[in-house]
Order: sequence, then C-alpha cells, then structure tokens
Amino acid sequence: MPAVEISGLTKSYTAGFFRQKRITALQPLHLTIEEGEIFGFLGPNGAGKTTTLKLLMGIVFPTAGSAKILGRDFRDPDVRKEIGFLPEQPYFYDYLSAPELLDYYAQLSGVPREERRKRIPLLLEQTGLADAGRKQLRKFSKGMLQRVGIAQAMIHNPRIVFLDEPMSGLDPVGRREIRELILTLKRDGKTVFFSTHILSDAEALCDRVAVIHKGVLRGIGVVEDLKSQTADKSEIIWQGAHALAAVSAMVGKAHVTGEVVRGVVNSPELDQLLEKLRREKARLISVTPLHGALEDYFVAHTSEREAVQR
Amino acid sequence: MMSRLSAVTFNTFREAVRDRVLYNLILFVLLLLAITPLFGQISIGLERIILINVGLSAMSLFGIVIAILVGIGLVSREIEKKTLYTILSRPVRRWEFITGKYCGLVMTLTVNAVMMATGFYLALLITGHGWQAADARLLVAIYFIILQFFIMTAITLLFSAFTTPVFSAIFAFSLFVIGSFSEDLRNFAALTQGLTKWLVTATAYLVPNFSSLNVISQAAHDVPVDGRLIAFNTLYAVFYSMAAIAASIVIFERRNLK
Repeated sequence: MPAVEISGLTKSYTAGFFRQKRITALQPLHLTIEEGEIFGFLGPNGAGKTTTLKLLMGIVFPTAGSAKILGRDFRDPDVRKEIGFLPEQPYFYDYLSAPELLDYYAQLSGVPREERRKRIPLLLEQTGLADAGRKQLRKFSKGMLQRVGIAQAMIHNPRIVFLDEPMSGLDPVGRREIRELILTLKRDGKTVFFSTHILSDAEALCDRVAVIHKGVLRGIGVVEDLKSQTADKSEIIWQGAHALAAVSAMVGKAHVTGEVVRGVVNSPELDQLLEKLRREKARLISVTPLHGALEDYFVAHTSEREAVQR
Repeated sequence: MMSRLSAVTFNTFREAVRDRVLYNLILFVLLLLAITPLFGQISIGLERIILINVGLSAMSLFGIVIAILVGIGLVSREIEKKTLYTILSRPVRRWEFITGKYCGLVMTLTVNAVMMATGFYLALLITGHGWQAADARLLVAIYFIILQFFIMTAITLLFSAFTTPVFSAIFAFSLFVIGSFSEDLRNFAALTQGLTKWLVTATAYLVPNFSSLNVISQAAHDVPVDGRLIAFNTLYAVFYSMAAIAASIVIFERRNLK
C-alpha cells in the first residue's frame, strides 16, 4: 500500500476584488509515495509545493481531485494520527516551553498521558533540545525552533512526516542537524515527504524526487536516474531564433526568449549542431557541459522562460 | 474528542494568563482603592449605591473589553502566525478548535470576573458597612455580567471567523452598544408602524439583549431579581452563544486558510 497517493489534486483560486482573475496554483497532480522512502518535492519558490502540502493537511480545500494517505481518504481527520507536519517557516506558541508545546500537540494527537511522559524527554534528547528546559520558545534561535518543529511533527510517532522547506533559513550547521534528523526518521521506518528548493539536500537525502514548476509536475524518478538524464549533455545558448528549425531535432526541448534560444544537446552531437548554427548565421553565446547533477535536471525542467515544445 | 477540546481550552486560557491579560485586575483594584476613600464623604446610603454601581459597571466593562480585544485575535492570530497549520494537520476537527477557543476565553473571563468580584466584596467590607444579607443578592448581577461575557465572546468569535481583527472589534463593540439599548429599541418599535416597525423589531430581537442582563441599578437599590428572569437570561445566553458559535463553525469549516 502506498503511503501517499495523489490523484488529480487541483487548486485554483480567484484574485482581485472588482476584476476577479482565476489563478491555478496546482494543475491536476498525480503522485505516489511509497512507504519508508524519503521523497523530495522540488521546485522554485511559488511552484506549488506548499499548496500541495496545505491540501494534503486539510488547510485549504482542493478544487478537484483526491488523495489517499495510507489507503484512507486524506480528509478523514483520523488519518492525521498517522502523519506529522512541519510547515514552512514555522511559528509556535512562543509563551510555551518546548516540553509544554510537545505536551499540547501530543494531547491533540491523542497520545495518552503515560506515553507523553516517556516520549517528550526522549524526543527532546533526540532533537538536541534536552538543555532547553523551561525556557520559553520566544527565546529560541531559528535552528532550535526548527528542531522543535521536527519534534512536534514526531511527537505522536507518526508513520509519515511531511516537512515543508525544513532547511530554509538555517545556517550550514543547522541544515546538517536537520538532515541527520531526517535520516534518523528513515532509519526508524518512517516515510518522509519533504519539499525544498535546496538541491544539495535533496540529492543527499532522497530516494526519489519530483520536480514541480508553475503548478505542473515536470518530472519524477529515482535521483540517480534523473541525474543520468543530463549526463554527457551540454547546454547551449545562441542568438537567432530562426536557426531553431534547422537544429530542433538535436536540441529537443528549447526555451526561447525573444531571439535568445537555450537548449540541451547530446555532447557527441555538439560539433554538428555548432556547424548548423554557423551556417544559419546564429550567434553563439555559450556552451556549458552538464555533469549529471540534480541541479542540471532541475534547471532544465524549471526554466522561468516561456517553454516552446518542438 | 474531549481531550482535544480541553487541550485547546486550557491552552487558550494559558495564553491569556501568560500574555498578562489578567493584569487588568490590578487596574480594577487600583480603581476601587482610588474611589473608596471618596465615599467616606458621602452619606451612608449613597456610599453603598455608588460603590455597587461603579464596581459592577467597571467589572462588566473590563470583561467586555477583554472579550473583544482577545476574541478578535483568537482565530486570526492563529491563521496569521500559521500555528493553526500544526493544529489542523492533527486529528482536530475545525469545530473542536473553534469551540475550544471559545471555552478558553470564557474560562479566562470567568476567572477574571471571580477575582474582580472578590476585590469588589472586599471594597464593600472596607467601606465599613460590614456584611449585609443584600450583598448576596449582588451575586445575581455578577452572574448576569458573566452571561454577558459568554454572549460577547461568541459574537466576537463569529466576526473574527470571517473578517479582519479591526472590523471584528468595530462590529462587536457596536453590537454591544446597540444590545445595551435593546429594550429602548423595542419600546421604539412599539411607537412605529409599517416597514419601520418591522425593521426595528427585527433588529431589537436580533441584537443581543444586554439590557435585560444589566441589573446593576436594581442590585444597588436592593431590589430582588425575579427567579424567572434568572432562568430566562441563562437560557437566552446559552442559546444566543450557541447560535453564534454554530455560525462561526459553519463559516470556519469552509474557509481556505491561505
């Protein structure tokens, strides 16, 4: 049974008061996440990552589509006993101390008193907050708050943990701590679904990733497979859109902005392509070899420029 | 369900206490201490009447102001600061959250009222007339003040479920003022005809009837309050609050939290 199964989840909303405009934040999304994997949900800011998580958490309602979490409808409040969630840039009740906050969230998740008493100190220890004592959260650093955030997502021992940009705004040490916590979750058999735009984190942690851009799923797969898609390829940028027709078979998908064209070509075909561009009197701007990094795949699928399918 | 409800309730109460909402009690005590010496210069009978009027009116006003000021942020603050995200991603129903928030603020206001009432009774003793049987009757006026808090909190919560805190405060306070004159509105309706009569009557019945919950003057003059009024006011406050909370829940259940 998949941990999460998203079937055509869509979200659009209207903006503006007098002249209302319909904006689609998420095009029908189909996604399956298996139990026990660390799944990275990648995309630039405003891609639709947070919207997807808000939909799954019941914070906003979908325009269409549905989802299943551990085989049950995602709107069923009882299924939430099995999930933990860390929102992006979280803010917690700053008048509480870390143990008080965890106790409150544990009560809301239906954890019995005896279990709370055992689990809270254990989790504080695990997240490196054992020394925080009765200090109120308003005195916590950003890194400590993020660790409290992870602790509250784990307090009821859920099977799936959703983390929205868990490394955002953290210094390298903080990011490393959170990375280690995520790996601990995997070791404990949890499924981790986390959104990020920090590709090195995704590359280091994820079993599989999906790339989303402008509300559309652009790609999904095992990290190594996705990386290999850009191996032995080069990115080429030239001026002269008229030349595209002559080389379209070689560059596949190209991004055109005015007269500037950006495309990816198999390195063995590079000489041939350059020759054709010369003949078409296009002006070469740059040629950059791609090394099969996740970043190359990400950039190739999330260009801000208007994409032109050829 | 009960554990989730009580968790939200107690956390709301704890938030109010730690945000120093109960510090208003100090102001209340200072007010009573400031006015008490003045009564020594007034005749014995008037002294008690003035103290009761000032003390109970201050108690009512302080509570109403807290109900509005805290009530407008009950939901909006949780949305704005995104603390609600970590609540709704748990097995917490939206109605449980709203009801818990309401109970938490009502609990805060009740504790506040009990403490103010204690200070008020102490002031009555200090003014030197000693304990009188009539003093027990003042409890009815205090009970009605607490019922006002029940209604006012529910109304503020209703407004805060769909509008901004500033508008919620304006609407809630306006409704409190209009509700305090609801008896006058009804009397006015009796003098009018046609559409005006219909409109004024509808308004008079729709706004909370705070006039019948205000027996401060009656209490100050030792006029006993009819038992039927106590029963009626209790039922009225319960049903009015329940209707306002139900409306808040209906709105909140459909709300997309951006």
